[in-house]
Amino acid sequence: MHIPDGYLSPQTYIPLYGLFVSAAAVAVRKVKNAVSARNIPYLGMAAAFSFIVMMFNLPVPGGTTGHAVGSAVIAILFGPWAATIAVSVALIIQTLIFGDGGITAIGANCFNMAVFMPFVAYYVFRLLSNNPAKKTRVYFAAFISGYLSLVLTAILTAAEFGIQPIIASSSDGKALYCPYDLSIAIPAMAIEHLLLFGIVEGIITATIVSYFLRNETELIYSFRKVNKNGT
Amino acid sequence: MGLNRLQKRILIILILLCLITPVGILLPMFFNAGDAWGEWSAQTIKDLTGYVPEGLAKYSEVWKAPLTDYTLNSGDNSIVHQSGFYIVSGIIGATITYILMLIISRIIVRNEK
Repeated sequence: MHIPDGYLSPQTYIPLYGLFVSAAAVAVRKVKNAVSARNIPYLGMAAAFSFIVMMFNLPVPGGTTGHAVGSAVIAILFGPWAATIAVSVALIIQTLIFGDGGITAIGANCFNMAVFMPFVAYYVFRLLSNNPAKKTRVYFAAFISGYLSLVLTAILTAAEFGIQPIIASSSDGKALYCPYDLSIAIPAMAIEHLLLFGIVEGIITATIVSYFLRNETELIYSFRKVNKNGT
Repeated sequence: MGLNRLQKRILIILILLCLITPVGILLPMFFNAGDAWGEWSAQTIKDLTGYVPEGLAKYSEVWKAPLTDYTLNSGDNSIVHQSGFYIVSGIIGATITYILMLIISRIIVRNEK
């Protein structure tokens, strides 16, 4: 899901840079007061966790590979804005040092996996679970949150790939950037995430949320009362 | 910096995870799976479609990352060596990410409670 350089046209990656930078600016303002200084070590670990979990490439036998992202569990535990910053840091390090994802696509990749995904995950979780005492329900909500957020993020990424032949082709009809259109990109990415990678994200999310539920319930951002900042 | 018990436990789990990251290259190898969808090199795109899109050719080499593909030597065919390189890459990347996130959080967070 790390879009490389050369797959997105400037008409696509520049607006996505804009969206990401705006979201990151809001995230900085929100995290300022919503996160307590004594929880800063958790944010560092969350970012590192996201980095590591993305190294676990899983195979579709004979086909492609993919991986979980970790955005869902970070959003549930520490809030979607904190997840935006943590996962962005992981993604930017992956790009700059390991060439995973393109420099021109940093805005797109961060928007997809560090803005869109944690917000989908957070609201799906909140919709399905608001009572930490109902544990089974919490696990179920966490699984669905991870599963759905990764699948929808994959579809968003596929849409960014798939619109390229429409908006950027040379005069002889050849694509300038990603050569596959929506009819190929969306099914390809949706199916592999629906059948495999989404399930893995769901299991990871439910496992870690259950661990925090047993050990440190009061830490879980999603179960805190909506405070005056509306965060 | 003082870490509480839960934080120390998470840190140990993260280190253990780094040590088993080679699963992320061995499993795809075992199941004969290739690149992630949409993450092909220009050469692979050429093999798949018969041409390299002009813009893709222009942009695909704009950045040369120091540890491209999480390896220290992509020419080394030894699975053991590649697993070692992958672990080293994981530890380097996770450590930088962890420290950078701590620094950014220290700058941002104003809630001392």
